[in-house]
Amino acid sequence: MNSPAVQRAENAFVEFIDGPITSFFGSCVHCGLCAHACLFYEETGDPKFTPIYKLEPMKKVWKQNYTFWGKLLHKFGLSKPLTEEDLKAWEPLLYDSCTMCGRCSMVCPVGNDISYMIRRAREAMVASGYAPEGLKQATLRAATIGSPMGIKLPALKAKIGHIEEETGLKIPMDIEGADYLALLSSNEIMMYPEYIGAIAKIFKHAGVTWTLSSEAYEATNSGLQIGSSDIAGELVQHVVDAAEKLKVKTVISPECGHAYTAIRWEGPNLIGKKFDFKVKHILEVLDELREQGRLKTTGLEEAALTYHDPCQLARRGGVVEQPRRLLNMVAADFREMDEHGVMNWCCGGGGGVSANERAADWQLIAFNKKKSQVQALGVNTMVTACANCRMVLEEGIEENDIQVEVLGLTELLADYLDTK
Amino acid sequence: MDTALLIWAKSTGLQWATIIMLLGLTMRVIQILLLGRATDLSEARNSDVMSAGIKTIFRRFVPPQGMLQKGLLVYLSGYIFHIGFFIVLLFFVPHIQLIDSTLGISWPGLRSSLIDAITVVTLLALIVLLLHRVWNPVLKLLSTPEDYLTWALTFLPLLTGYMAYHHMLFEYNTMLALHVLSVEALMIAIPFSKLSHMVTLFLARWYNGAIAGRKGVQS
Repeated sequence: MNSPAVQRAENAFVEFIDGPITSFFGSCVHCGLCAHACLFYEETGDPKFTPIYKLEPMKKVWKQNYTFWGKLLHKFGLSKPLTEEDLKAWEPLLYDSCTMCGRCSMVCPVGNDISYMIRRAREAMVASGYAPEGLKQATLRAATIGSPMGIKLPALKAKIGHIEEETGLKIPMDIEGADYLALLSSNEIMMYPEYIGAIAKIFKHAGVTWTLSSEAYEATNSGLQIGSSDIAGELVQHVVDAAEKLKVKTVISPECGHAYTAIRWEGPNLIGKKFDFKVKHILEVLDELREQGRLKTTGLEEAALTYHDPCQLARRGGVVEQPRRLLNMVAADFREMDEHGVMNWCCGGGGGVSANERAADWQLIAFNKKKSQVQALGVNTMVTACANCRMVLEEGIEENDIQVEVLGLTELLADYLDTK
Repeated sequence: MDTALLIWAKSTGLQWATIIMLLGLTMRVIQILLLGRATDLSEARNSDVMSAGIKTIFRRFVPPQGMLQKGLLVYLSGYIFHIGFFIVLLFFVPHIQLIDSTLGISWPGLRSSLIDAITVVTLLALIVLLLHRVWNPVLKLLSTPEDYLTWALTFLPLLTGYMAYHHMLFEYNTMLALHVLSVEALMIAIPFSKLSHMVTLFLARWYNGAIAGRKGVQS
């Protein structure tokens, strides 16, 4: 007899096993090549970090429910059932050593979208109760307060007050009929509030109207990271309600990777209906303004720099060329890392890893990949467009005691605006 | 007796193996298609997911950036054994004659000596892959009895074919009967094992390409 936790996990696995997942498991030949696409494996050489191995519990359930031999052996009690020990042992593999960066999905010879499977396997982990404490707490805060870091409206307003003082610009709040509703990530509010000042400057310069919403200012979606579609959907609904109330045409996803995936690609599916508004990443908006001639810059950043592609933006989101076009407006010496764009390497802290204290050591080891990429280029400035990547990169830089500065692309552009 | 076995293997046995293989593979495909997937409600960046999926089907025949060096042995042995296997299967004259006698279609074959050499290379590639599976820590962790069983089922038709051609071990008709039976064992195993990837990988790659393609990424 299964324990309730195992039963819940099994039910959730079955619920999420669809045509693609059946074709993926059915096609896997155990070639092991996905290991070489994973930065956790590449930086440690530990076979347990092989991407497809992280899905063993889900594969077990798939075998027993969807294959001839699996069903037969299961019926006669001859196969090893899913156990609590499995769930316990795989929890760190599914959460601490996977950023859902999707690199493995790009290399699998039989075409398995492993990241797609991990995202769904995490739903079963949540159903069974086996999820990391750090992520559980973040998700709880997101569900109750609306922010995984627990940032309440007065805290945001205090930050806004400082920014308004610094920039001399009004940060619009709850303005009905604005062109854009801008969302923020927790990290931006807490650590990089200069992003808010940067978009205020740029939008004023471009002559477009925008607003924040006091009811939905956070785009960070812990529900997606931990694997709870219910909570993820609820967080998306807050944004949809705010966008509809303020009658905006476009919602801007902030410099945050998973927030973009959550609101842009998963959002409508999570709430079960199409959006009446567009969702764009801030870089897409800025690139459109550039194209329309409404974003003009002057001067060039002389320092040699490179661009770190946030995985959810590039490989999992399709925003690849926009940052390059924007960077080329302001960078005199922009150098690409050897593997970039859709084949970039993750910072090591995406997909909830950075919110999971238990994963801190593995995250630092994974950072070595980025470290060697940057050092090979000989640049001291790394530009990115995800506040979480930025924080993880800065942590890695600090721990490794190397001299690299990390900048947000939006702020860099704001610094070079042609204000004449 | 051996002639009787050979005749059974080449007629009834082969018929049943073919039926089981084709029916089984069809069931695998139907299962995947019936499970299907939910309609994606997000606004597509590129709505032509069909061609994105088809492109991925072809692109995955080639190692992506940076992967060839890292997986050189697997890629090389993998290519050699797959290509070798299909050349031997489709271009050995007696095989073509068998297909001609049942389906009535034929094409030119390759010289037997060339097929013989390709068989040896293919067998060697399979041995390399087996040793890699036994020794490599990643593969050791991933491997199950099924991986070794399917390896053997792939290896045996090549080995028995080679031995029959060279009149090794048993009398020719016996060896040939064993060869045909080993092929039938392989055919029957295909739909019930990872060997079904010969069909399902097209669906897997298509899904992968379509999912990424919708977001404007060619995977």
